[in-house]
Amino acid sequence: MDVIDENKLAKSKKRKQAIAFWIFRILSYSVVAILFIILSFIVIKGISVINWNFISQMPEEGMTKGGIYPAIIGTLCLVAGSMLFAFPIGVMAAIYMNEYVKAGLIKKIIKQMTNNLAGIPSIVFGLFGMSLFVNKLGFGDSILAGSLTLGLLALPVVIRTTEESLKAVEDTFRQASLGLGASKWETTRKVVLPIAFPNIITGLILSIGRVSGETAPILFTVAAYFLPKLPTSIFDQAMALPYHLYVISTSGTNIEESRPIAYGTALVLIIIVLIANLLANALRKYFGKKVKMN
Amino acid sequence: MYKIESKNVDFFYGSSQALKNINIAIKPNTVTALIGPSGCGKSTYLRLFNRMNDLIDNTKISGQILIDGDDIYAKGVNVDSLRKKVGMVFQKPNPFPKTIFENVAYGLRVNGISDKKIIEERVETSIKQVVLWDEVKDKLKKSAFELSGGQQQRLCIARALAIQPSIILMDEPTSALDPISTSKVEELIYELKTKYTIVIVTHNMQQAGRVSDTTAFFYMGELIEYDNTKTIFTNPKIERTQNYITGRFG
Repeated sequence: MDVIDENKLAKSKKRKQAIAFWIFRILSYSVVAILFIILSFIVIKGISVINWNFISQMPEEGMTKGGIYPAIIGTLCLVAGSMLFAFPIGVMAAIYMNEYVKAGLIKKIIKQMTNNLAGIPSIVFGLFGMSLFVNKLGFGDSILAGSLTLGLLALPVVIRTTEESLKAVEDTFRQASLGLGASKWETTRKVVLPIAFPNIITGLILSIGRVSGETAPILFTVAAYFLPKLPTSIFDQAMALPYHLYVISTSGTNIEESRPIAYGTALVLIIIVLIANLLANALRKYFGKKVKMN
Repeated sequence: MYKIESKNVDFFYGSSQALKNINIAIKPNTVTALIGPSGCGKSTYLRLFNRMNDLIDNTKISGQILIDGDDIYAKGVNVDSLRKKVGMVFQKPNPFPKTIFENVAYGLRVNGISDKKIIEERVETSIKQVVLWDEVKDKLKKSAFELSGGQQQRLCIARALAIQPSIILMDEPTSALDPISTSKVEELIYELKTKYTIVIVTHNMQQAGRVSDTTAFFYMGELIEYDNTKTIFTNPKIERTQNYITGRFG
């Protein structure tokens, strides 16, 4: 009856397990390696041009010399503008979806539409922004038009991360609050949102990372090819880091000569996104602690 | 006059019937235990008394539930004021992410009380009622999360008491607590009976025996037997009750 060789079985099990975990290990290390290679490539190529002048001066001599100051400012303006638009609308939409609307057709439709919005290619957002904000509403090529277009792009990300954060709040908190005679709104504002806030902030900052690197949506709505001055109002055009990178890599006056500037620009862009991510972590920790204190 | 009366109550989640024709009458200042195996409908039934099931989409109730003689499912009933009258304590201690003081003050604030003196007074009285005052009086400004599980649960009871309800619903209030904390909460239930009508869902037979005056045994959405706790535990009329209480099934 005893046809199974216990020793042999154990050995074969062990061997299979070892092979499986080695494959996983190699794959996960290679993800880290790829990221490391990209980063070090950009850093090595770009670090030499980065100095105070590079980030504080206007571009010069057909963008082959000088700095990228207006592009940095432009990108910061666009990020701020798009968040001012997307954050309140996105958070309110998510609150409505998660806390108020009952399961049913309307909820399904809103949800499906949000998902569809997230799936639209960014160049289509650019076209839409051009026809609506630039032409129809007459904002022209401007920070306003660009911010609104980028905001639309960020909207589904903000809605989804906020929704996830709200879902993560245990229902018993809501029930306890409602059980004390609080309204749905009081419950949302005084109990649910404070608990969800650290995660909502993380979502916000992740979408900042997304928005700051987008090129297509700003192509027809705000980005200036070469504009050696700072914007003075939201109706001005502006330069932006990703578009600047595109321009000097494809259609500058002397592409070879401006190559180091391109890498420098890429590095600055990556650093901005990195700072946003670090900030996200710090804020989440800070508010996470604060929530428990209040 | 009964405090709570339930007449021919049916309850549905979508198309599945969770409660079938439940008739119970509860006297004021008593503790009623709802017992039965998991999924028998006892928690669902408890949540009908403060209309907590309203929060779940796609549910339906028929029959009547009267509290102080008024049908709480009648048209035009103000659910917020109903919930002010019917406090609730949950399975897991769930203090809000606020200070100890603000946890108890919360119900007062959302019910429009803003007088600082009244709030302070009520918070102190409520915390004293749950015999927690000596343990927390020096750290009212600290986060409620710093308390132990047992202390948190008593704080949650204080939170419910602060708005002066007349009924307290407890949904397995000690299932997440250690034996010492459990016995403290049980003592508390005994004390609170003098002022409140309490309905408690429990899986713990000994607990039902210790704290309750009447016991209702639920099985698969039906009320099998409802009687004095003593009768239910020593001389049940129905065999299924006997089997459940003695641990032969469940």
